[in-house]
Amino acid sequence: MNILVILKMVPDTVEELNVSADGKSLDSEFLRFKLNDPDEHALEQGLILKEKSGGKVTVIALDAPEVDDVLYTALAKGADRAVKIPVSQAGLGTKATAKVLSDFFSSGAGAVTPDTLVLVGTYAIDDLEGELAPMLAVHLGLPYLGVVSSVAASDHGLIVQKEFAGGLRGEFEVELPAVLGIQSAEKPPRYVPVAKVRAVMKSAKIDEVEIPAPTDTVCLDVQRSYKPEAAGRAEIFEGSPEEVADKIVDALAKSGVI
Amino acid sequence: MDPVKINLVGMPGIVCLWILTVLAFGVFGWRVSRLIKLIRQGRYEDRFDNPGRRLLHALKHVLLQPRIFNERAIGLPHFLIFWGFVIYATCFNWNLLRGLFPFIPIPYPEELRIVGLFLEVFSVLVLISLVVAAGRRMFFPPPHLHLSFDANVILVLIGLLMLSTLFGSGFRVVADGGHGSAWAPFGTLLSKAFGSVPPESARRLAIGMWWLHMALVLAFLVYLPYSKHLHLLASPFNVFFSQAATRPVGDLTVPGAKEDMSAGASRWQELTWKQLFGGFACAECGRCDRACPATASGHPLQPQQIIQKVKNHMVRYGLEGADGTVPKLVGEVIREDEIWACTTCMACMSRCAVWNEQIPLIVALRRHLVSQGQVEKNIQDMLGNLQRYGNSFGKSDRMRAKWTQGLPFKVKDARKEPVDIVWFTGDYAAFDPRMIEITQTTAKLFNLAGLDFGILYEAERNSGNDVRRVGEEGLFEMLRDKNLDAFSRVKWKNGTRIIVTTDPHSYNTLKNEYAFPDGGVVVRHYTELLDELIRGGKLNLNRRLSGKMTYHDPCYLGRYNGVYEPPRRVLAALGLELVEMPRSRDKSYCCGAGGGRIWMEDGPNIKERPAENRIREAISLNEVKTFVVACPKDIAMFRDAVKTTGAEGKIEVKDIAELVAEAMNVEDRKPV
Amino acid sequence: MAKSILVLAEQLRGGISDITYEMLGAGRAIAQALGVPLEAVLLGSGTSQLASSLGAADKVFVADNPELDLAAPETVAEVVKTLVDKTGADIVLVGCTNVSLGIGSILAARSQMPLVNFCRAIKVDGGGLVCTSQLFGGKILSDVKLADGRGIIGVYPGAFPIEQGRSDRTPPTEAIDVSVQPSKIRFKQYIEPASGDVDITKQHVLVAVGRGIQTQDNVQLAEELAQALGGAVCASRPVIDQGWLPLTRQVGKSGMTVKPRVYLAFGISGAPEHWEGMQNSQCIIAVNTDPKAPIFDGAHYGAVADAVELLPILTEKVKMRKG
Repeated sequence: MNILVILKMVPDTVEELNVSADGKSLDSEFLRFKLNDPDEHALEQGLILKEKSGGKVTVIALDAPEVDDVLYTALAKGADRAVKIPVSQAGLGTKATAKVLSDFFSSGAGAVTPDTLVLVGTYAIDDLEGELAPMLAVHLGLPYLGVVSSVAASDHGLIVQKEFAGGLRGEFEVELPAVLGIQSAEKPPRYVPVAKVRAVMKSAKIDEVEIPAPTDTVCLDVQRSYKPEAAGRAEIFEGSPEEVADKIVDALAKSGVI
Repeated sequence: MDPVKINLVGMPGIVCLWILTVLAFGVFGWRVSRLIKLIRQGRYEDRFDNPGRRLLHALKHVLLQPRIFNERAIGLPHFLIFWGFVIYATCFNWNLLRGLFPFIPIPYPEELRIVGLFLEVFSVLVLISLVVAAGRRMFFPPPHLHLSFDANVILVLIGLLMLSTLFGSGFRVVADGGHGSAWAPFGTLLSKAFGSVPPESARRLAIGMWWLHMALVLAFLVYLPYSKHLHLLASPFNVFFSQAATRPVGDLTVPGAKEDMSAGASRWQELTWKQLFGGFACAECGRCDRACPATASGHPLQPQQIIQKVKNHMVRYGLEGADGTVPKLVGEVIREDEIWACTTCMACMSRCAVWNEQIPLIVALRRHLVSQGQVEKNIQDMLGNLQRYGNSFGKSDRMRAKWTQGLPFKVKDARKEPVDIVWFTGDYAAFDPRMIEITQTTAKLFNLAGLDFGILYEAERNSGNDVRRVGEEGLFEMLRDKNLDAFSRVKWKNGTRIIVTTDPHSYNTLKNEYAFPDGGVVVRHYTELLDELIRGGKLNLNRRLSGKMTYHDPCYLGRYNGVYEPPRRVLAALGLELVEMPRSRDKSYCCGAGGGRIWMEDGPNIKERPAENRIREAISLNEVKTFVVACPKDIAMFRDAVKTTGAEGKIEVKDIAELVAEAMNVEDRKPV
Repeated sequence: MAKSILVLAEQLRGGISDITYEMLGAGRAIAQALGVPLEAVLLGSGTSQLASSLGAADKVFVADNPELDLAAPETVAEVVKTLVDKTGADIVLVGCTNVSLGIGSILAARSQMPLVNFCRAIKVDGGGLVCTSQLFGGKILSDVKLADGRGIIGVYPGAFPIEQGRSDRTPPTEAIDVSVQPSKIRFKQYIEPASGDVDITKQHVLVAVGRGIQTQDNVQLAEELAQALGGAVCASRPVIDQGWLPLTRQVGKSGMTVKPRVYLAFGISGAPEHWEGMQNSQCIIAVNTDPKAPIFDGAHYGAVADAVELLPILTEKVKMRKG
């Protein structure tokens, strides 16, 4: 199986997010980037699939701060090839990102073969224009399914599980080639020790594939961005743990459950 | 009466002795050389530095054996057995030389009256010790003492050697006319029992005893290398080569390593030769198991078993060449839950009488697991956080100095303003909401003492002490390098460059493992600093506290670095009466947090967590209401344990800085 | 000037999802402001009957075709696109739910309409619309202007009240003929969550635990409080993913939607995916060490404290109060 995993860098929400002076975009001063969570699961699912059914895993990312670390880490985890497209991810909407990636597939550096499976995180926290996986699927003319939490190879392609709600899942049969949006891998993403990543940094190389930057970076007109107002903010109980517990018990009594 | 001048099995005695000797020494030498070849398959580690200090260390701990005496019942008997053995070994060699080379103009040892007397007296003392040792094994075996067949063999053998000496003396007295002598008191005593034996027969029996004695020792020589009693040959070398002889035990660096050690050991050949050698020195006495908090809590770990399993595995597949698939060292020979149970508290190593090093061995096995990504989810998350944010709390590094916001003064940024002292706060003191108040209190004390100190703000990273002990060597190196880089940007005032730490774990790694490039840095724990400040009159204690308290020695401060007195002096200066727990100082009982355990799950079979056991120990001291600690992780662990043991109201866990602040009325004072 | 608004109604196993009513309510408000009709499209087997509950729409297009049950997103997107081309609808509302995820994006990629995702509020502004989207895990809101009033809006579950999308009237329906192309994605079967566990949707009191509970052992502390209160324990996704509690206890997007009288959240930061599943609880009490945790923005009562420390104390106090 030719497994391609798209890795996207997103702002790290552990850091304080501020809106910049233009009132629309994020202030880049304190911004740090990290791999989008579901993308990490997409990589893990790709690696699990490779271990179980064979194949090759290629990870692909657009340029962003700290992206090299992420790509090397993916190689250390077991990916076979890492590709960086030197088009900046910053300020790029989902549509434009999907366009750049589909250009990559038609560039000769990454063709869609009959056994191609493209794995993408099912959503990203900055998907204002839509999710990447379905948009890429349209560009590539491939079938798409999202919110996937398990993928296994079968005679006719893949058997995948999609999450609905309330713990209910659905099993689907998917023919290759296809694009899947991964919610979570079968197992939590593996840990790779720093020494291994460092060794990979010395021995492996990240392929850079030049793709023309898109002319339209975003298709939406953001007028204003802001932090949510603390309008419905909770009444905060102060004091020692004992005092706080007393107040919570009062609140429980007031709502009639004790 | 020369014992070799007789005919045995149709040959002159001297020829028999030569044959026996060459055979015995030949087999012994061949066996020892195989063992040396075996351990040389391990990885190289330089334990040949500073031979002078090593020799002194070995002499002290081999000849005087202070660690044997940490268990009183067996201390003196072992000491006597050891010295009896040394003397007998000397006399054996003397006998052997005299027997093999009759032209040497010296008498047999027994023929010197003073030596004879000495041998007799010692034989009796050794026999008594043997009775004690056998009685202990049969009737009062301490837990974790390995009751092996080997052990019984040696006791019987030593007994026979002693008896052959005494009986030989007795027969000699009869042969010499039965008058006896004050130089052979026990021989004389025994000779009364042999009164009916004719002198000639007695002479032959005396010679028989000599031969029996020699033959037993030569047989023992053959038996020794492949038995657990290799201990008596290997342990002096083990002590000589021990890390503690020349370096702090709190340093996990492998000096002179020729390979990358960061991936640890998946096969026995990937351990260092010293780690392999330790198994031969182990006497299976169980001191380490009895000291181990993981063992006591019901974890599957027994430090002695780790050493023994490695040895047996190596012997089986490296020496005996057993057939079949070699079981995996990590996972099969030694289970993962054994490997993860260790709190790296150093109790085992500081108790071991042959100075074995269990912790570096366990860390080598952990490194292999980490290299394979076989790490429990909590630890994975923690390591991921440390990689990304430099702290185990997964908070932004920019929040590290947030605790300073509640202070009435500004804490200097040591990277921007000149300082005398850099305070390395550590993760728990800076991020744990339960700790922040104490950290602020400590800052106020430093401020009132007029210290010119600063912190590294967001540049400080987790020190990596526990990361290294979890087995993530690469991450440790990354954190260490980042911290060293931050320290290199510190604007020091002229004068002593002091780094003070709150956390004993950080203290250990900064002091012993960081190898500050310019060397001119002194690392201090805050208890040491408070002690100096109080003694120097820099902290005015205007109120004497009263009452009884007990003090818990943190593993990484006490056992690892020998800091026992400074915190005690501080407490005494405050006016508090210190009641020591039964296990204090180097016998202090771990809280269970070290070596990354604070981030791990306790399995379902845990009988009693170490911290709970410790709190119960403190409560059993009468009228002690305060449990004083000097480590942020201790605050977390013991405050939890107070709740889970239902000891709230009975005892309160306090940081030493809080008590100093009470004695100074810190809250009423204006900051400097 | 806009022509009409189309809501892609969502149904799963023959039941209309809440999101459908939420979208109908939101759509009704815009439709009124713009003076255009509100239409809905409902796909799948048995939908001719189901359509009667969508009375908030002026008209419901129905494709009662079993082949459309859990059809591939591209198939559904194709049906919607054909309908948009036919009716000239210029605003399409699609739910940001697991079931519908991706349909809006495919539609946006195939048509000339832009998509505004994760939308929590919609305002009419002149001839256009201003949509408020929730980004970065709920930490930032962005107002996006659709100047010509054309676009696909991904509606975040729980953002709009359900009541306003319900109606007693029976809407006019129009059957649409859909020829379903064979798809490369075929639904095989449902995988039910393990049964036999407590049904957390039926509890009056829920004690919920999140990442802040730290260890599996600590889940027991929550269990004890739940017992004292006569309720049950539930959790956010990280706790379920660790395997500390079964899937049946998950609250949020992929888990259950609960509405207990009291929801006690311990060590839960309040990511949108979790909030979605518990926001309609009558009383939310949140305990978290981070004073900036988003959960405090929506909870009724809060305490900045360590859940592990507070839980046993609270359990004791509850027992004392109950006598």
